[in-house]
Amino acid sequence: MIVPLEHVILLSLALFSIGVFGVLFRRNAITIFMSIELMLNAVNLALVGFSRYYDSVDGQVFVFLVMTLAAAEVAVGLAIIIALYRNRQTVNIDEINLLKN
Amino acid sequence: MADYTFWLIAAITVISAAFVVLNNQLVYSAVALLFTLFGVAGLYVFLWADFIAGVQLLVYVGGILVLIIFGIMLTNRISSVRISHKSVQQGVGGAVIIWLFIFLSIVILKTPWLNQTAMEPASSVAQVGKLLLMKYLLPFEVISVLLLGALIGAATLSREDP
Repeated sequence: MIVPLEHVILLSLALFSIGVFGVLFRRNAITIFMSIELMLNAVNLALVGFSRYYDSVDGQVFVFLVMTLAAAEVAVGLAIIIALYRNRQTVNIDEINLLKN
Repeated sequence: MADYTFWLIAAITVISAAFVVLNNQLVYSAVALLFTLFGVAGLYVFLWADFIAGVQLLVYVGGILVLIIFGIMLTNRISSVRISHKSVQQGVGGAVIIWLFIFLSIVILKTPWLNQTAMEPASSVAQVGKLLLMKYLLPFEVISVLLLGALIGAATLSREDP
């Protein structure tokens, strides 16, 4: 009756792989951002799964800390993206190559 | 019954996550991300983490997703035609991701996980609060300082002439 831990972690792995795919293949900075959120969510899901099946609440505290980090990351990252757009009029990461030459 | 609920929520989560990544319209991606975040919150409830599920809805759906939508509105013309750029190393990257997925699946399925069946707690809020303010007090304080730093940094970065 009870869903085994393997299934929760496999689901988390699937979410994480989708996030990695997005980061590698999309060229829009904001899509990459959303993919990073997907990966963070996958890790949180695995942590909550461990916390549930190992009968310890510590994992949920970790999830809480990761969520705080994600919020800070989004605030700073979006500020960077908007500053970038103001200077270059694009958020396509292929066109942002100031350091390349 | 519980099994079917779990797989239903899991299917919604994974399908909308794939939609986030594969879709070409940014706003649709953001809406799909909303469903993914809701699905993950549902899975948290399923895994007896009610407080974390509430925080997920407040922080991710109420905060991060709204910020991302603001970012989309500020950096894109909604009706603009989006050209999908082909990556040169697409084949290599795809192979690496598939390899990663299969390899980790094998590891996960071969590991003998501990499956404890404890009694379902009435609420996890009290336990999380006690841990946060006693065992994990230092990380809690450090992360509040980090949030303050992020706040100041974001405000500085997005000024007109930094």
